Amino acid sequence: MMDYRAKQPFRFFSCMELREILGKRARDEQRLLELIEEAPADSIYYHTHSYYLRHPYTQSLYPNDFATWVALHAQDRILGERLGVLDPFDFDDIEELRGEIMAIIADHLDHERAAASRTTDEPFEFVRSHVIEVDLGIEVMTLREFRDAVSRVEVGAVYNHLCEARMRKRQLWGDFAYWLSAEMGLGLPDLAAQVVQVGRLGLSLEGMRERIVTLCDQVLSAS
Amino acid sequence: MVPMLAQYRDIAPKGTVEFLRRLGERAQGKSMLHVNSTRYGGGVAEILHRLVPLLAELGVNTRWEVISGTDVFYKATKSFHNALQGTKQRITTEMYDAYLHCNRENAKQLNLEADVAMVHDPQPAALIDAHPQGTRWIWRCHIDLSTPQRAVWQFLRAYVVRYDAAVFSLPKFAQRLPIPQFLIYPSIDPLSDKNRELMPEEINHILQRLGVPQDKPILLQVSRFDRFKDPVGVVEAYRLVKKSHDCRLVLAGGTATDDPEGAEVLAEVQGAVEMDPDVHVLLLPPTANIEINALQRAASIVLQKSTREGFGLTVTEALWKGKPVIGGETGGITVQVIHGQTGYTVNSPEGAAFYIKRLLNEPELLAAMGRQAKEYARHRFLITRHLQEYLGLIIHLSRRAS
Repeated sequence: MMDYRAKQPFRFFSCMELREILGKRARDEQRLLELIEEAPADSIYYHTHSYYLRHPYTQSLYPNDFATWVALHAQDRILGERLGVLDPFDFDDIEELRGEIMAIIADHLDHERAAASRTTDEPFEFVRSHVIEVDLGIEVMTLREFRDAVSRVEVGAVYNHLCEARMRKRQLWGDFAYWLSAEMGLGLPDLAAQVVQVGRLGLSLEGMRERIVTLCDQVLSAS
Repeated sequence: MVPMLAQYRDIAPKGTVEFLRRLGERAQGKSMLHVNSTRYGGGVAEILHRLVPLLAELGVNTRWEVISGTDVFYKATKSFHNALQGTKQRITTEMYDAYLHCNRENAKQLNLEADVAMVHDPQPAALIDAHPQGTRWIWRCHIDLSTPQRAVWQFLRAYVVRYDAAVFSLPKFAQRLPIPQFLIYPSIDPLSDKNRELMPEEINHILQRLGVPQDKPILLQVSRFDRFKDPVGVVEAYRLVKKSHDCRLVLAGGTATDDPEGAEVLAEVQGAVEMDPDVHVLLLPPTANIEINALQRAASIVLQKSTREGFGLTVTEALWKGKPVIGGETGGITVQVIHGQTGYTVNSPEGAAFYIKRLLNEPELLAAMGRQAKEYARHRFLITRHLQEYLGLIIHLSRRAS
């Protein structure tokens, strides 16, 4: 296994985000709901996914900006908790995720009418990002090479192949798992399935990287 | 040329230098021009001194031009600056005229040719009148525009809307504009005198010279003596802590000779401090970079108890030195201080005192939070990230142009 060479290499691409301020501000939860409905998909993506790139090694209160703002600035811990538990890896499409966020907020406001108009001095600011992808010039053919590259690449590459690949490039398994399982890749469907699960654990990007390296090590040491 | 980027290899996050080199390849051959109003002094000039050669090393042909002006021009732009940051000013027609005249004169003198030009702050903003055809111009605003004096902003806005894009340091500074507005946080240079590693002997020597003993935990706030920085609130917090915990307080700030309100606030602070030998009010010149560095490294906890703040680079400096920061819940402090992770955000002297006591009681928590603070600064607020975003902007704007 250690020496098995893929028919096609895996090539690492990293990415960076250029953030654009949309000038849309919500000072209360009702307005937040309205703006979530009309914001471009890129903005919903930014506030629910880019968190991982902005907090690559540690985690703030909740892993999406809506939940954190609601809890910290709108002082609504219940809604914060309900939004905070949302797992972006549960959704295959950004519009599904938007719909779920809106349903949670709308349901909450139906029951907590006072929360709808409670204003804050620190508004929620809508941002979207423009992703710039960068070829790192690193190609790997074996599991050992893959493991070593994952452990050392700039963390944006982990984000690019796990998060960007799923939502923006519609590679729902993410690039790593796709290559690990593919016949042209390493043909390791069990390892690939475990790598897919890594995204669901609620880890930081560095945590995901570490877990993937550990999974590779387990396969390598068993062979 | 001595390669500078490699010096950041062991400081920036893993893989950053390689990433920057690859990103630089996508911007290679482009030319970039920075224009501002001063070569020395102030955060913008400080960061440009490093960014310009770094961009050049990555293959972007980068130049830096500085506008020159008359006394009337500088008086006018100082008033613009204050008005745009929300302090009411009286701006006369002569001042507007002097501003425009000076920009026109500079446009004749300066070489404004570049694929991408970044014009920093209001002083040279009217140079857009002279921008060469087919180039991309960006207005880079470093100041807090959240509550500008409307008439001054309307005057400036007429120039800003003609740029291809604007860049702000926080979303709340953005304005209603018909051009794209990007968000780029400022940064610190970990190799500068203010932020580089210091040997313990160096720190001891500097603190000795400043007359600050290190016999007990030091609480530190570095800031101008300005009401928005709430130095009196810091003294109040210290007094509450001092009832139960032996510690020192250092308030280090600039001299206030040209600022009547600053002198007034300083007098209030000195009044609040009375004759407490454990409180040190230090008036330091703007060049006291190593002194600030040593104080930040010697401190146990750094405070930035502002009631209003721009981005707050003193917070960044403290985080980078592995110090938890207790900061006011305002402006850029809320981006940098993640409550319970890199420090605590507070809204009162009592809140500050509560968290100071918690950290003094729990040295392990203090150390762990300090480590988190440093890592957070490493990923988010170093010059390498700033460089990355400027490269990204060049690539993005060139892509839109083609």
